[in-house]
Amino acid sequence: MSLSLEEVRRIAALARLRLSPEEEERFAGQLSAILDHVRLLEELDVAAVEPMTHALAGEAPALRADLERPGLSAEVAVAAAPERAGTHFKVPRVLE
Amino acid sequence: MTATSGSELAALSARQAGARIAAREVSSRELTEAALGRIARLDGRLGAFLAVTADRALAAAREADARAARGGRLSELDGVPLAVKDLFLTRGVPTTAGSRILEGWLPPCDATAVERLEAAGAVLLGKLNLDEFAMGSSTENSAYKPCRNPWDLTRTPGGSSGGSAAAVAARLAHGALGTDTGGSIREPAAFCGVVGVKPTYGRVSRFGVVAFASSLDQVGPLARTVEDAALLLGAVAGHDPRDMTSSARPVGDYLAGLEDGARGLRIGVPREWLGDGLEPGTLAAVRAALEAYQRLGATLVEVSLPHSRYGIAAYYIIAPAEASSNLARYDGVRFGLRAGAGGGLREMYAETRQEGFGPEVKRRIMLGTYALSSGYYDAYYLRAQKVRTLVRRDLDQAFERCDLVAGPVAPGVAFRLGERVEDPLRMYLADVFTITANLAALPALSVPCGRDAATGLPVGLQLVGRPFDEATLLRAARALEREVGTFPAPEVA
Repeated sequence: MSLSLEEVRRIAALARLRLSPEEEERFAGQLSAILDHVRLLEELDVAAVEPMTHALAGEAPALRADLERPGLSAEVAVAAAPERAGTHFKVPRVLE
Repeated sequence: MTATSGSELAALSARQAGARIAAREVSSRELTEAALGRIARLDGRLGAFLAVTADRALAAAREADARAARGGRLSELDGVPLAVKDLFLTRGVPTTAGSRILEGWLPPCDATAVERLEAAGAVLLGKLNLDEFAMGSSTENSAYKPCRNPWDLTRTPGGSSGGSAAAVAARLAHGALGTDTGGSIREPAAFCGVVGVKPTYGRVSRFGVVAFASSLDQVGPLARTVEDAALLLGAVAGHDPRDMTSSARPVGDYLAGLEDGARGLRIGVPREWLGDGLEPGTLAAVRAALEAYQRLGATLVEVSLPHSRYGIAAYYIIAPAEASSNLARYDGVRFGLRAGAGGGLREMYAETRQEGFGPEVKRRIMLGTYALSSGYYDAYYLRAQKVRTLVRRDLDQAFERCDLVAGPVAPGVAFRLGERVEDPLRMYLADVFTITANLAALPALSVPCGRDAATGLPVGLQLVGRPFDEATLLRAARALEREVGTFPAPEVA
């Protein structure tokens, strides 16, 4: 199968990636080759197979008690923010 | 105290180093200084470390020595210099995941595995090089610098835990932690001639480990000896309430049965794993190891894993799909790089991710986004999850007739830097033997089994076990290690 440049741009937009024209070219070829290999899976009849939705099948995940616990303070949480206002994350305007 | 040279100190296994500290024959400070000295001398050529935390290491060594002096050592690892892959969060110490997007970031907390090593008294020397976000099999995808194989500097150490394997092999650290999503501990361990363990999914907490593919990622040790691997695994394994996927099963004593030998073990040999596509030197070393097991009293049983040939295809849907979701958090808002903020929110997202991510990461985000996009979910992700069930079922059936499965780790020895960078599919296909254990959520390890006759480079044997049966794998690996020995320190020249 072959991914068109159009399709590569559509996926990049969904993934919030901006690609250079060279990257678009390269990824179209490379992703097509990988997806060709993935078509191998079509050989298998999986209609009656359950998907492995949890890697720890049979191990009941332990649920913790729903209690209040200390977490990161607001000051620590915003300490690494590229831009902040007090204890808030600052972002460009969302609604124009 | 006996005078011992730096290279003699560096040559000690983690357990030997701990025993020497306990016997007051050597101090943690001496060991730490010896390791830091070797890093300063050799790592410019190797590129195993992204950050060396010398001051912190020396401070930790002083505390370990004080504990040893008053007879209050915390564990066998107290005072032993180790290092961790730069995918583990370390509070106040830069954690990059090998990516520009996290350059300069200081995490607010430690990964549980790091916390446990420090609680055991281990001295952390620094953060080890890796493929960006652990995506790769050669450490060439590190955004900072490639890491080289200490046995041949023109070759890769494997990846993505390449820095961990290279540092342990070159005696820059007495042991290390890595992570393994599709072979990222076992392949570099095999390429560098050290022991690498990917435990059962859920055995070691992933809290504070930068997420790649959450249904596959697992933390494990890289070590000079099987005994060290057992010791390190025991130190980090066990339930963690901060990781909802961590198992509550009690952790056994991995050192207890280690010397019990291979007698009576039934070792399954998948017929699909010893066929075409293996380099002759790798095949010969793996066959020799299997013969050694027979001499040691184990029985070889032919088994079949008919779906393992679909593993790569399933993995390269599941892992990128999960990665595309996990990496959505790098958006320039809360931490890490921000670019293009002047152009509005959308512009900031796109610009930040364009600048911050390298080509392999973008490739996988693209692949995963495609596989999860509207109209394709059933054809790709759901189908891959079903194939995952079939891969696991193959192993479950094999384990009805054997105690563990043995085979190659990789199709060949360490390859040359640059050789596969332009051909991602070819790079991916080399993961064929390791991916099975990740898809099946089973424990697996790589143990050195000999050298490739043509190049003299290390070859690893892979052992895959039943869920939570790391002990049997370690015991079998130790039996082989007694036969073939461990690799000496490579001449890093």
